[in-house]
Amino acid sequence: MTQPLNTYRAGPDERGHFGRYGGRYVAETLMPLILAVEAAYNEARHDPAFRKQLDYYLKHYVGRPSPLFLAERLTAHFGGARIYLKREELNHTGAHKINNCMGQILLARRMGKRRIIAETGAGQHGVATATVAALFGLPCTIYMGEVDIERQQPNVFRMKLLGAEVKPVQSGSRTLKDAMNEALRDWVTNVDDTFYIIGTVAGPHPYPAMVRDFQSIIGEEVRQQLQEAEGRLPDTLVACIGGGSNAMGLFHPFLDDPTVAMIATEAGGYGLETGKHAASLAGGTPGVLHGNRTYLLQDGDGQIIEAHSISAGLDYPGIGPEHSWLHDVGRVQYVSITDQEALDAFHLCTRTEGIIPALEPAHALAQVAKIAGDLPRDHLIVVCLSGRGDKDIFTVADALGVKL
Amino acid sequence: MSRIANRFAALRRAGRAGLVTFVTAGDPDPETAQAILDGLPAAGADLIELGMPFSDPMADGPAIQASSLRALRTGMSLAGTLAMVRRFRARDAETPLILMGYFNPIEHYGVDRFLADAKAAGVDGMIVVDLPPEEDADLCVPARAMGLDFIRLVTPTTDDARLPAVLVNTGGFLYYVSITGITGTAAASEQQIAAAISRLRRHTELPLAVGFGITTPQAAAAVARVADAAVVGSAIVARITANLDAEGRATAALVPEVHRFVHSLAEGVQAARG
Repeated sequence: MTQPLNTYRAGPDERGHFGRYGGRYVAETLMPLILAVEAAYNEARHDPAFRKQLDYYLKHYVGRPSPLFLAERLTAHFGGARIYLKREELNHTGAHKINNCMGQILLARRMGKRRIIAETGAGQHGVATATVAALFGLPCTIYMGEVDIERQQPNVFRMKLLGAEVKPVQSGSRTLKDAMNEALRDWVTNVDDTFYIIGTVAGPHPYPAMVRDFQSIIGEEVRQQLQEAEGRLPDTLVACIGGGSNAMGLFHPFLDDPTVAMIATEAGGYGLETGKHAASLAGGTPGVLHGNRTYLLQDGDGQIIEAHSISAGLDYPGIGPEHSWLHDVGRVQYVSITDQEALDAFHLCTRTEGIIPALEPAHALAQVAKIAGDLPRDHLIVVCLSGRGDKDIFTVADALGVKL
Repeated sequence: MSRIANRFAALRRAGRAGLVTFVTAGDPDPETAQAILDGLPAAGADLIELGMPFSDPMADGPAIQASSLRALRTGMSLAGTLAMVRRFRARDAETPLILMGYFNPIEHYGVDRFLADAKAAGVDGMIVVDLPPEEDADLCVPARAMGLDFIRLVTPTTDDARLPAVLVNTGGFLYYVSITGITGTAAASEQQIAAAISRLRRHTELPLAVGFGITTPQAAAAVARVADAAVVGSAIVARITANLDAEGRATAALVPEVHRFVHSLAEGVQAARG
């Protein structure tokens, strides 16, 4: 890869590779479409009118900028580092997902596409996609695994209210990876009029780079907000990763600031030793799936293994290719957090800050719980609170043995 | 000359198109799959595609998805697939055999090891659905260096501007996917196929096979009138599915039923230009 050695922010190369990861591993039917998306995106991102339009909707519809909140009681609870929460859960639809959906639907409109499809795990990306589709009056089909439909009923209903068709996916493990397979099958079939809004920094090039760019507003705002609040850069950034879009969005603007440490939390499920987890980096090996080369959970024959996490949004056997690269070069530290640790952090955040986090960012909060107490009081941690937890109250009640 | 080139030359001499059949290795179980494979030439298959089962077959429809999962459940692997080819080759030295599937199991097995083992087993070529020309360095280029044909799919979305890039490293034959979509779900009209074939003929000398959506001897015959070969997959796999018992095990009728169906397809193809 021809990347200057003094930057981590130049990738991908023109063929969509981050080091050895990424690429465009798709069937020939899709190649012309993917090349068209790439060309349209390259044109749009250099067009001030596109940026202006996106900024307008992010401000007046999504509600950006999202606040950066000093969590004083959490800070006091751990007795160490000062903890800031990047409040992505306050965005319209309750998660960071809409930052990307807004960018992609504006691109779809620019390309003259008339139908939107998407995959979803927790349903946050599905809801965000259904929302922007409703906003622009485009028909929308969301693919969702049957297992996820079962555990994310509120979001399923939300998508239907927004006018989306939610198609249950019965193949494979009936979770996010299978929903992505099915969305790709739809796209292959409806090549003429359909735009596929991928929800994370994965898939064939240009999606990993495009989704990262749309999510980078998270980190750009943090840089400015923390400058105003503390007059300096953060010391540590923490975010959860399934595919890794909120983490990529928070980290990317800081990759070339050597004093900023970054920690991403994979879903450790019942624990890495049990084999029931979604930690592609800690428990996987590089392979090719869903259009890109990246770390995957797979068996000795190269068959994809079902992931497990209490959080449907992290329940994916892969990870974005840029994360695989950042992992290998050591710029970002990747750790895993178990279901139980995430649940504990969920309760702690809810009780001490009055914020019910989604189970996904609860994994990031659990990492903060592990390190904050040992850090000096002037150490600044920023955690991406990527989504709100209303969708998860049934799962949490279940874990507590409470019947709602 | 390779077995694939030999076979198409012989078909040309005979003045007819060929029948290419697809089944998944290990479906519905290793023994039954071997019996199906071994009997395909006698049933009338001119070329054989053997599917390498994968957990996430993104370009395949419900029939082949289910077929892949059945094969994996009974323990089929890439090593097992190659073993099936070796046993087939011990009985048949002539019929071209092409492996078809997705890249991840191959990469996991190791590209060099896979190519060496495939060559030694008697494989003639491969179709790897998720490796477009943009990723040729991974497998296509080393496969060609080993003398194995890398057979590429061309689709209705592959326009004249892109076609030359797709053809660059393609060998054996060109596989025209007649619809935009997944396997076994829709069919193109005879006119659409004829128009596509005449477009492709302007760009390549390679034999042209047409597949996706061919389910009957009549449909196979229609393709055989304009193309060099007709590919049938999902419809054969459907005969396997239809002959499983309630527990998903092969019934005694399964192998003969599959071969009977292949024979009817072969008759359609052979009579097409009569």
